[in-house]
Amino acid sequence: MNTPTPTKNTTAGGTAAAPAFHGSSLELRNLTMAYGEIEVLRNVSLAVAPGTTTCIIGPSGSGKSTLLRGINRLHEPKSGDVLLAGDSALAVNPDTLRTRIGMVFQHFNLFPDHTAEENVALALWSVKGMPKAQAMDLARRRLAEVGLAERADHRPRDLSGGQQQRVAIARALAMEPEVMLFDEATSALDPELVKGVLNLMAGLGRRGMTMLVVTHEMGFARKVADQVVFMDEGEVVEAGTPTQLFDNPRSERLQRFLSEVL
Amino acid sequence: MDWFNTIIRTFFDFGAMAEVLPQLLAVGLLNTLIISIAATVLGTVLGMVVAVMGISPSKWLRVPARIYTDLFRGLPAILTILLIGQGFARLSQSIFGPSPYPLGIIALSLIASAYIGEIFRAGILSVDKGQGEACRALGMSYPKSMALVVVPQGVRRVLPALVNQFIAIVKDSSLVYFLGLLVTERELFRVGQDAAVLSGNLSPLVAAGLLYLVITVPLTHLVNYFDNKFRTGRRRAAPPTSGLKEVKELDAASPLTTGSNT
Repeated sequence: MNTPTPTKNTTAGGTAAAPAFHGSSLELRNLTMAYGEIEVLRNVSLAVAPGTTTCIIGPSGSGKSTLLRGINRLHEPKSGDVLLAGDSALAVNPDTLRTRIGMVFQHFNLFPDHTAEENVALALWSVKGMPKAQAMDLARRRLAEVGLAERADHRPRDLSGGQQQRVAIARALAMEPEVMLFDEATSALDPELVKGVLNLMAGLGRRGMTMLVVTHEMGFARKVADQVVFMDEGEVVEAGTPTQLFDNPRSERLQRFLSEVL
Repeated sequence: MDWFNTIIRTFFDFGAMAEVLPQLLAVGLLNTLIISIAATVLGTVLGMVVAVMGISPSKWLRVPARIYTDLFRGLPAILTILLIGQGFARLSQSIFGPSPYPLGIIALSLIASAYIGEIFRAGILSVDKGQGEACRALGMSYPKSMALVVVPQGVRRVLPALVNQFIAIVKDSSLVYFLGLLVTERELFRVGQDAAVLSGNLSPLVAAGLLYLVITVPLTHLVNYFDNKFRTGRRRAAPPTSGLKEVKELDAASPLTTGSNT
């Protein structure tokens, strides 16, 4: 199968159009997560440097999504620690923590009875306490940044999957997070719309956002990631640069996985 | 055709109907509407409280809500109305005066709230879990995400069921007559029955019945209207657009989405 790959723009001017982000560092220390008695993530340690992109790959059921949900505590970790810019994420109020971590879901999870603009603005006024008019104004600008200036008044049902996902990204970005988590953000999209969303994500990475991307798009992982992490059965099996993992996979499990997906 | 004339005389004596009609409209219909609407408003407010308690993460809220619902939904309406109407008569007298009217409304509200609470609970639980998660991921607190996103979606879905419940309340409002209403407080059924007893003819009751139908039948059609209009996620019919068009738009859009510098 032909995996769509984003165009990697290495010229410095590529980031001139939009302000840079100030991504924070993210570190997982022996993170263990469980659903009831069943441990789905065991002793995962991982460091993501500020402004870099880490892609997490692995077969379904390997705990990739659970890992993301542990970072912003949608699911509370059982043990271990998550450090955001050096501070323990488990020591602060989860609601405060989540304003610092943006998350994008596989099925977009836009609010169906809100317009695109209202989707972006909602947390701005209800969480950040911004006056509504200002929140709507900022929402419009964020939507323009993801190429949806014309669609600000549309409801999710009147947008394509790709457009919905870009609204979701704008919604997360509007909160000015220090880290962005992407949970299979393009898995539910029609194939021709995948590239647009991946390009948008790659652009964020170039602008200095710290990103943790769970993905099945190996082309994206190879081109955009600074670090690739291969997980299986709740553990990190292998981690390194894209070249290391894709060209010289050491573990037998990664070799088998790559032979299945590439 | 003797039997036919008997039926006409017994049920459709238009003279007797015309005689009682002014009273049916001015006293009966008015009181039926006052009792039903007041009980529905109170029942809806209480029902929402019961529903939110019922889905709360805390069992200290969940269990009382469950017991309340089982109690008022499980007892015959007439029994609840009599127990409350007569049991609290003295207390009611010191607050509202001698009329049992307010207690009747309260009893109906309690019964209604048990049903409406279940309707709301089902509606809220039917909202996709991703909606609440998206809110939480943006840093919204649990109460805020419920109030701003989840509950409104759930309520919109159950509007038809709520109208059905109102219809049930309109019919149940006739039971208040057991508490012994003052002449000016009689609702439709009681006005019809009194006239029927006085005239020895059932036609006034039939007239009352027709007035019930005047309220309830249009409402059942309103249910269908709500069903079509307010369900979320229904897509307006639109001419099909090619996904490739969106790709083209994206390529022409802001540099951020495409990663190009132009």
